Amino acid sequence: MSDITHPLARARGHGSARSGVRHWVAQRFSAVLLLLLLPWLVYALFSLAGADHAAAARFAARPWNAALLLLSLLTLLYHAVLGMQVVIEDYVHSRALELALHFIVRAGAVFAAALGVIHVAKLALGA
Amino acid sequence: MIGPYYRPQLTSVLSITHRASGVFLSLAGVPLLLWWLVALSSGPEAWQAMRDCFSGLAGLLLAVVGLFSLSFHFYNGIRHLVWDTGRGLDIKTAYRSAWLVLGSSVATTGILLGALP
Repeated sequence: MSDITHPLARARGHGSARSGVRHWVAQRFSAVLLLLLLPWLVYALFSLAGADHAAAARFAARPWNAALLLLSLLTLLYHAVLGMQVVIEDYVHSRALELALHFIVRAGAVFAAALGVIHVAKLALGA
Repeated sequence: MIGPYYRPQLTSVLSITHRASGVFLSLAGVPLLLWWLVALSSGPEAWQAMRDCFSGLAGLLLAVVGLFSLSFHFYNGIRHLVWDTGRGLDIKTAYRSAWLVLGSSVATTGILLGALP
Protein backbone atom coordinates (compact mmCIF):
# COMPACT_ATOMS: atom_id res chain seq x y z
CA MET A 1 0.00 0.00 0.00
CA SER A 2 1.44 3.32 -0.98
CA ASP A 3 1.55 6.12 1.56
CA ILE A 4 0.14 9.37 0.22
CA THR A 5 0.66 11.24 3.50
CA HIS A 6 2.74 14.38 3.04
CA PRO A 7 6.10 14.01 4.87
CA LEU A 8 5.41 17.15 6.90
CA ALA A 9 2.03 15.80 8.07
CA ARG A 10 3.67 12.54 9.08
CA ALA A 11 6.39 14.37 11.01
CA ARG A 12 3.75 16.41 12.82
CA GLY A 13 1.96 13.24 13.82
CA HIS A 14 5.12 11.86 15.42
CA GLY A 15 5.55 14.34 18.24
CA SER A 16 8.40 13.55 20.58
CA ALA A 17 6.71 13.67 23.96
CA ARG A 18 2.97 13.58 23.27
CA SER A 19 2.52 17.09 24.67
CA GLY A 20 5.22 19.33 23.23
CA VAL A 21 6.92 22.14 25.04
CA ARG A 22 4.22 23.15 27.51
CA HIS A 23 5.56 20.92 30.31
CA TRP A 24 9.08 22.28 29.87
CA VAL A 25 7.91 25.91 30.03
CA ALA A 26 5.63 25.27 33.03
CA GLN A 27 8.47 23.66 34.97
CA ARG A 28 10.70 26.68 34.38
CA PHE A 29 8.02 29.30 35.08
CA SER A 30 7.22 27.61 38.40
CA ALA A 31 10.98 27.38 39.12
CA VAL A 32 11.40 31.15 38.63
CA LEU A 33 8.38 31.81 40.86
CA LEU A 34 9.91 29.55 43.53
CA LEU A 35 13.21 31.47 43.34
CA LEU A 36 11.20 34.47 44.57
CA LEU A 37 8.97 32.62 47.08
CA LEU A 38 11.42 30.23 48.77
CA PRO A 39 13.69 32.85 50.39
CA TRP A 40 10.59 34.39 51.97
CA LEU A 41 9.21 30.97 53.01
CA VAL A 42 12.51 29.88 54.57
CA TYR A 43 12.80 33.23 56.36
CA ALA A 44 9.21 32.91 57.64
CA LEU A 45 9.61 29.31 58.83
CA PHE A 46 12.92 30.03 60.56
CA SER A 47 11.69 33.19 62.25
CA LEU A 48 8.76 31.15 63.63
CA ALA A 49 10.86 28.12 64.58
CA GLY A 50 11.20 29.27 68.18
CA ALA A 51 7.83 31.04 68.40
CA ASP A 52 4.92 29.91 70.53
CA HIS A 53 1.65 28.95 68.87
CA ALA A 54 -0.09 32.29 69.37
CA ALA A 55 2.72 34.30 67.75
CA ALA A 56 2.99 31.89 64.80
CA ALA A 57 -0.79 31.92 64.28
CA ARG A 58 -0.82 35.74 64.36
CA PHE A 59 1.92 35.80 61.73
CA ALA A 60 0.07 33.38 59.42
CA ALA A 61 -3.24 35.25 59.87
CA ARG A 62 -1.93 38.45 58.28
CA PRO A 63 -3.33 38.64 54.72
CA TRP A 64 0.01 39.02 52.92
CA ASN A 65 1.58 36.17 54.86
CA ALA A 66 -1.45 33.91 54.35
CA ALA A 67 -1.44 34.66 50.61
CA LEU A 68 2.29 34.00 50.29
CA LEU A 69 2.05 30.79 52.36
CA LEU A 70 -0.71 29.49 50.10
CA LEU A 71 1.02 30.59 46.90
CA SER A 72 4.24 28.91 48.07
CA LEU A 73 2.48 25.64 48.85
CA LEU A 74 0.57 25.57 45.55
CA THR A 75 3.63 26.47 43.46
CA LEU A 76 5.70 23.84 45.27
CA LEU A 77 3.00 21.22 44.61
CA TYR A 78 2.78 22.20 40.93
CA HIS A 79 6.56 22.14 40.46
CA ALA A 80 6.77 18.82 42.36
CA VAL A 81 4.12 17.19 40.14
CA LEU A 82 5.97 18.29 36.97
CA GLY A 83 9.29 17.02 38.31
CA MET A 84 7.95 13.72 39.63
CA GLN A 85 6.25 13.17 36.26
CA VAL A 86 9.58 13.35 34.42
CA VAL A 87 11.30 11.06 36.94
CA ILE A 88 8.48 8.50 36.67
CA GLU A 89 8.51 8.68 32.85
CA ASP A 90 12.27 8.13 32.77
CA TYR A 91 12.71 5.34 35.31
CA VAL A 92 9.44 3.34 35.40
CA HIS A 93 9.33 1.00 32.43
CA SER A 94 6.05 -0.78 33.15
CA ARG A 95 3.22 1.18 31.55
CA ALA A 96 0.68 0.06 34.17
CA LEU A 97 2.91 1.02 37.12
CA GLU A 98 3.79 4.29 35.39
CA LEU A 99 0.13 5.25 35.03
CA ALA A 100 -0.59 4.23 38.62
CA LEU A 101 2.27 6.40 39.91
CA HIS A 102 1.15 9.39 37.78
CA PHE A 103 -2.30 9.00 39.29
CA ILE A 104 -0.98 8.76 42.87
CA VAL A 105 1.27 11.83 42.43
CA ARG A 106 -1.52 13.93 40.94
CA ALA A 107 -4.21 12.79 43.37
CA GLY A 108 -1.84 13.38 46.27
CA ALA A 109 -1.01 16.88 45.06
CA VAL A 110 -4.67 17.81 44.59
CA PHE A 111 -5.48 16.45 48.05
CA ALA A 112 -2.57 18.41 49.56
CA ALA A 113 -3.69 21.58 47.75
CA ALA A 114 -7.25 21.23 49.08
CA LEU A 115 -6.00 20.63 52.62
CA GLY A 116 -3.62 23.58 52.36
CA VAL A 117 -6.32 25.96 51.08
CA ILE A 118 -8.67 25.00 53.94
CA HIS A 119 -6.04 25.41 56.66
CA VAL A 120 -4.58 28.67 55.35
CA ALA A 121 -8.13 30.04 55.05
CA LYS A 122 -8.87 28.89 58.59
CA LEU A 123 -5.75 30.66 59.88
CA ALA A 124 -6.43 33.83 57.87
CA LEU A 125 -10.09 34.08 58.90
CA GLY A 126 -9.35 33.14 62.51
CA ALA A 127 -11.96 30.39 62.57
CA MET B 1 24.44 6.68 32.87
CA ILE B 2 24.95 3.50 34.89
CA GLY B 3 26.86 0.69 33.20
CA PRO B 4 30.23 -1.06 33.13
CA TYR B 5 31.94 1.95 31.52
CA TYR B 6 30.50 4.62 33.77
CA ARG B 7 32.95 6.61 35.86
CA PRO B 8 31.49 9.09 38.36
CA GLN B 9 32.01 12.69 37.27
CA LEU B 10 31.09 15.83 39.15
CA THR B 11 28.69 16.95 36.42
CA SER B 12 26.73 13.69 36.22
CA VAL B 13 26.72 13.21 40.00
CA LEU B 14 25.19 16.68 40.39
CA SER B 15 22.68 15.88 37.67
CA ILE B 16 21.34 12.82 39.49
CA THR B 17 21.55 14.66 42.83
CA HIS B 18 19.27 17.34 41.37
CA ARG B 19 16.67 14.66 40.66
CA ALA B 20 17.18 12.86 43.96
CA SER B 21 16.87 16.09 45.97
CA GLY B 22 13.76 17.02 43.96
CA VAL B 23 12.13 13.67 44.73
CA PHE B 24 13.08 13.98 48.41
CA LEU B 25 11.65 17.52 48.60
CA SER B 26 8.45 16.37 46.88
CA LEU B 27 7.91 13.30 49.07
CA ALA B 28 9.20 14.67 52.39
CA GLY B 29 9.58 18.46 52.19
CA VAL B 30 6.13 19.34 50.86
CA PRO B 31 4.31 16.99 53.30
CA LEU B 32 6.31 18.56 56.17
CA LEU B 33 5.24 22.05 55.08
CA LEU B 34 1.65 20.82 54.94
CA TRP B 35 2.00 19.27 58.42
CA TRP B 36 3.36 22.61 59.69
CA LEU B 37 0.32 24.45 58.26
CA VAL B 38 -2.22 21.92 59.58
CA ALA B 39 -0.59 21.86 63.04
CA LEU B 40 -0.54 25.66 63.18
CA SER B 41 -4.21 26.00 62.30
CA SER B 42 -5.26 23.08 64.54
CA GLY B 43 -4.18 24.74 67.79
CA PRO B 44 -1.48 24.81 70.48
CA GLU B 45 -1.55 21.06 71.23
CA ALA B 46 -1.02 20.02 67.61
CA TRP B 47 1.66 22.73 67.24
CA GLN B 48 3.51 21.45 70.30
CA ALA B 49 3.16 17.81 69.16
CA MET B 50 4.75 18.70 65.81
CA ARG B 51 7.62 20.52 67.50
CA ASP B 52 8.24 17.57 69.84
CA CYS B 53 8.61 15.31 66.81
CA PHE B 54 11.40 17.51 65.44
CA SER B 55 13.39 17.73 68.64
CA GLY B 56 16.11 15.14 69.08
CA LEU B 57 18.55 13.41 66.77
CA ALA B 58 16.01 12.34 64.13
CA GLY B 59 14.82 15.94 63.76
CA LEU B 60 18.40 17.19 63.41
CA LEU B 61 19.18 14.55 60.78
CA LEU B 62 16.02 15.49 58.86
CA ALA B 63 17.00 19.16 59.09
CA VAL B 64 20.50 18.48 57.72
CA VAL B 65 19.27 16.35 54.79
CA GLY B 66 16.24 18.57 54.12
CA LEU B 67 18.12 21.88 54.21
CA PHE B 68 20.91 20.54 52.01
CA SER B 69 18.37 19.14 49.51
CA LEU B 70 16.51 22.46 49.46
CA SER B 71 19.57 24.69 49.06
CA PHE B 72 21.18 22.34 46.54
CA HIS B 73 18.01 22.09 44.41
CA PHE B 74 17.61 25.88 44.65
CA TYR B 75 21.16 26.74 43.51
CA ASN B 76 21.44 23.94 40.95
CA GLY B 77 18.02 25.01 39.63
CA ILE B 78 19.48 28.47 38.96
CA ARG B 79 22.37 26.70 37.17
CA HIS B 80 19.84 24.86 35.01
CA LEU B 81 17.93 28.07 34.23
CA VAL B 82 21.18 29.73 33.11
CA TRP B 83 21.90 26.69 30.90
CA ASP B 84 18.40 27.10 29.40
CA THR B 85 19.50 30.48 28.03
CA GLY B 86 22.40 28.73 26.25
CA ARG B 87 25.10 30.08 28.58
CA GLY B 88 27.71 28.22 30.64
CA LEU B 89 27.44 24.93 28.80
CA ASP B 90 31.15 24.45 28.05
CA ILE B 91 32.93 21.88 30.24
CA LYS B 92 35.15 24.32 32.11
CA THR B 93 32.26 26.62 33.09
CA ALA B 94 30.02 23.64 33.94
CA TYR B 95 32.63 22.39 36.42
CA ARG B 96 33.13 25.84 37.94
CA SER B 97 29.38 26.32 38.40
CA ALA B 98 29.16 22.80 39.86
CA TRP B 99 31.69 23.67 42.59
CA LEU B 100 29.96 27.01 43.14
CA VAL B 101 26.60 25.25 43.62
CA LEU B 102 28.12 22.68 46.02
CA GLY B 103 29.93 25.32 48.06
CA SER B 104 26.87 27.58 48.27
CA SER B 105 24.65 24.64 49.28
CA VAL B 106 26.99 23.51 52.08
CA ALA B 107 27.39 27.11 53.30
CA THR B 108 23.63 27.79 53.23
CA THR B 109 22.90 24.51 55.02
CA GLY B 110 25.42 25.42 57.72
CA ILE B 111 24.08 28.97 58.15
CA LEU B 112 20.46 27.77 58.36
CA LEU B 113 21.36 25.00 60.83
CA GLY B 114 23.06 27.62 62.97
CA ALA B 115 19.89 29.75 62.84
CA LEU B 116 17.76 26.93 64.29
CA PRO B 117 16.78 27.49 67.91
